[in-house]
Amino acid sequence: MPQPEPQAIAKRPHGVKTAALVSSGRHPVSGRAGRAREDARAVEMGLALVGADLSLVHAGDPEQASLRESLEGYLGMYHGLDGGRPGDERDGQLSLLPLRAGEDAVAPLAAWLEQRGVRLALTGQRAECGEGSGMVGYLLAERLGWSIATGIAAIECCDEESVTVLQALPQGQRRRLEIRLPCLIAVDAVAEAPRQSAFGPARRGRIETVDDLLPADESRLDTGSADWRWQPARARPKRLKVVKSTNARDRFKAAAAKSSATGGQVLTDLSPEEAAEKLIDYLRAEKILAQDDQ
Amino acid sequence: MLNSLLPLLIFAALAVGVIGALRRARLWRQGRQTPVVWAHLFLMPKRYLNDLHHVVVRDKAMAHTHVATAGGFVAAMALALVVHGLQWRNPILGGLLLAASAVMFVGALAVNHRRLNPPEKLSSGPWQRLSKSLLAYSVGMFLISLPLVGVAPTVLGGGVLALILLALVAWGLAEMLIGMGWGGPMKHAFAGSLHLAFHRRPERFDDQHRDPNSSERHDAHRGSRSTALFPLDLTAKALGVEKPADFQWQQLLGFDACVQCGRCQSVCPAYAAGQPLNPKKLIQDMVVGMAGGSDARYAGSGHPGLDVGRHHGASNQAIVPRLVEAETLWACTTCRACVEECPMMIEHVDAIVDMRRFLTLERGETPEKGAAAIDNLIATDNPGGLDNASRLDWAADLEIPRIQDRPAGVDVLLWLGDGAFDMRNQRTLRALVKILRAGGVDFAVLGEEERDSGDVARRLGDEATFQRLAERNIATLSRYRFQRIVTADPHSFHVLGREYGDFGGNYHVLHHSTFIAELFDAGRISVAAPAQAETVTYHDPCYLGRYNGEFAAPRQVLAALGLEVAEMARSGYRSRCCGGGGGAALSDVPADLPGRARIPDMRMEDVRETGATTVAVACPQCTAMLEGVVEPRPRIKDLAELVADALVEPVRATNATSAPSQSREEEPA
Repeated sequence: MPQPEPQAIAKRPHGVKTAALVSSGRHPVSGRAGRAREDARAVEMGLALVGADLSLVHAGDPEQASLRESLEGYLGMYHGLDGGRPGDERDGQLSLLPLRAGEDAVAPLAAWLEQRGVRLALTGQRAECGEGSGMVGYLLAERLGWSIATGIAAIECCDEESVTVLQALPQGQRRRLEIRLPCLIAVDAVAEAPRQSAFGPARRGRIETVDDLLPADESRLDTGSADWRWQPARARPKRLKVVKSTNARDRFKAAAAKSSATGGQVLTDLSPEEAAEKLIDYLRAEKILAQDDQ
Repeated sequence: MLNSLLPLLIFAALAVGVIGALRRARLWRQGRQTPVVWAHLFLMPKRYLNDLHHVVVRDKAMAHTHVATAGGFVAAMALALVVHGLQWRNPILGGLLLAASAVMFVGALAVNHRRLNPPEKLSSGPWQRLSKSLLAYSVGMFLISLPLVGVAPTVLGGGVLALILLALVAWGLAEMLIGMGWGGPMKHAFAGSLHLAFHRRPERFDDQHRDPNSSERHDAHRGSRSTALFPLDLTAKALGVEKPADFQWQQLLGFDACVQCGRCQSVCPAYAAGQPLNPKKLIQDMVVGMAGGSDARYAGSGHPGLDVGRHHGASNQAIVPRLVEAETLWACTTCRACVEECPMMIEHVDAIVDMRRFLTLERGETPEKGAAAIDNLIATDNPGGLDNASRLDWAADLEIPRIQDRPAGVDVLLWLGDGAFDMRNQRTLRALVKILRAGGVDFAVLGEEERDSGDVARRLGDEATFQRLAERNIATLSRYRFQRIVTADPHSFHVLGREYGDFGGNYHVLHHSTFIAELFDAGRISVAAPAQAETVTYHDPCYLGRYNGEFAAPRQVLAALGLEVAEMARSGYRSRCCGGGGGAALSDVPADLPGRARIPDMRMEDVRETGATTVAVACPQCTAMLEGVVEPRPRIKDLAELVADALVEPVRATNATSAPSQSREEEPA
């Protein structure tokens, strides 16, 4: 593998092993498999940060027909890197962690991240098909004891110890966060659009199957999902806020509001019991829990 | 003295010229190798005298000039070799040599006259010098040969006059023979002849004019049978053309044949609109890349907005961006006007698409809107990213038969094209359906099973997506039975009819203008005479006319409608592009530059000059581009709309296929 020039390394967080967790996407109109929109943004963010040193990982069923097509979509993004000199470019590499039906992705992903010494993991906020619970990031961070930041719009800088990011807030606001490494970053849909996936690099990218990560045992089975009833996801209804103001600016603000971030309270230094109490009160007030629900 | 020096001079020049020529040939052979069939050299004279001359003669004065100069030179050179070189001092041959030199002299005078105030399209520099060299050679050769017929004293062989004459001939020989091999302007004769012999598209020279009894209406135009892009082997190690050495060697040979006459430059719509593309400069860029060096010595018009002299290349160095800017490649509308005009039969569009293929497939550098269209094509089979099931929404009330319900097959499969998603084009399609019904045509559509033909993806260089779409469309079409395909979209017409053949899809495809003309011929539809006399003009779509040679049928349809057609100055094979083809409309190159007209605006100016109040079009892209011109402007009507408006419904009491929905068709679309 050709070594990148020293100059190129100096600009990069040398030594911080970076990986992007990618999943198979589902096109909103045709339902066809392809790059997932947020995951592609995570790969773009990773490529902009560390170039072709970025490694990709996917945990899924290797037998699935359209899998290779969607994974190649990510590998096709490995172009215009390493100073942009053609010929010096390295091809993308993706580790495929095979899952059998009913197996959960978190354990093998965590094992892979540890085994490869990854300290910065990038991913989208939720998968476009399958469970799409948006929980993988949290479960991974919990299992590995990492920090997690969600809704990230950009990485500003990254060194050996920490990473500085911009978090997307409603109405175009951004919050700067400095996060200790190792950490997992869930990329928001407002992040930099992914580069075009090109056929040549996609064709050359390597997909290696990694299947000796964990001893096969029962704990990998996602027992909970066995009893689930599956149905296509529907967009959640949006709470309408009727604004009676005659002021155009207020009406516009109300119409453009992403989600209301007002009226909340920040509670700190609570005991777990108190915190749970507060949460239950809130859920009751929002009529998510019935009043008599214990 | 002359008798000893002249042969020496001639053979020395010949030898040096040959050495240069061999070195030049090595430059061409850097390209991808294909087998060389030496027997093709015998095809060259016919191709030169017939096909090349056919193009040159479009400029009559220049054709005569070239015949005199080139013919005179070839004859004078051959005779000089015998008479002066081999010292066979036969008075008859001497007389012929004098005559040839005289003819060449007359031609050279005409060349010099043209060069007094050279038009903008011509290159200066060495080309300006060539006109003088032609004079030097013809005058020198004439005078030095006078003693052969005894007109001048043989004592001419001594003294100052002889030295002057020798110097003139030496200058001429240096330009004509040495320059031919070593890359001077006369290179065009040497490279051009070989290019004619080894042309990558031999079909362009098959001189089969239209057979009056043939049912094929297209193919009427010379060269229009070889317009399909070459398929790309997607398993090859390198995709597309990154560096000059990635071209096929015949392409490099073709670039070297360029005479810098600038005919391509003067017809290029992108150049006229001030976009950064000059086809002539692009070909010279390729020559610079092949031979190595900088473009500083180029002495013609550059790419608009880009300085000449800043770019350089080498045969093994990436072309974009050091030799050619990417925007130059994306500005091309693939209208083929340059190829059509090129007297040296150079294939500009092939070269541009080859380089685009590399940018798209290897570098992922398609312009943003183009890349979005490709992504949509991959995900939804249409460039707009729309639900493919909505392809027939516009026809919800028309009850168009689906081919899926007609297992026994139909006569005509109506290919809708992506215009089916465009509200303007839906009016055209509704008009076409009305005509088909009136003509009692047995037709059906594929509906949501129809995919984009892949035209845009292919012109944007995404051969992978094109081939995937082509294979899927061919698989779909193979499941149904139909006699022929009719489409209102010349791009689909071209791709289905010409380009699917390489992937195993061979269909009889007709453009709707051809099909409507057939309906008229067969008396299956009848139209009312126009209420008031109106002058219309017709805009030839590039992909119908230049690409497929169909110029007659649309005019036949207009004639059948009783409309008076005022032709534009640039019509037929010289039609000016609307600016909408080849993915140029999806590039990031700005369409409207300060102080310059947009491509469709220029075309509308052509229309206005005819005084026509309506411009008949036959392509969804042209319709969209021309309708984008600000009002007031002539109306834009598709041929199908014009016919449908004038249609007289025959009393057809017992026609099961057309009866049920006739009442609905009359609603305004």
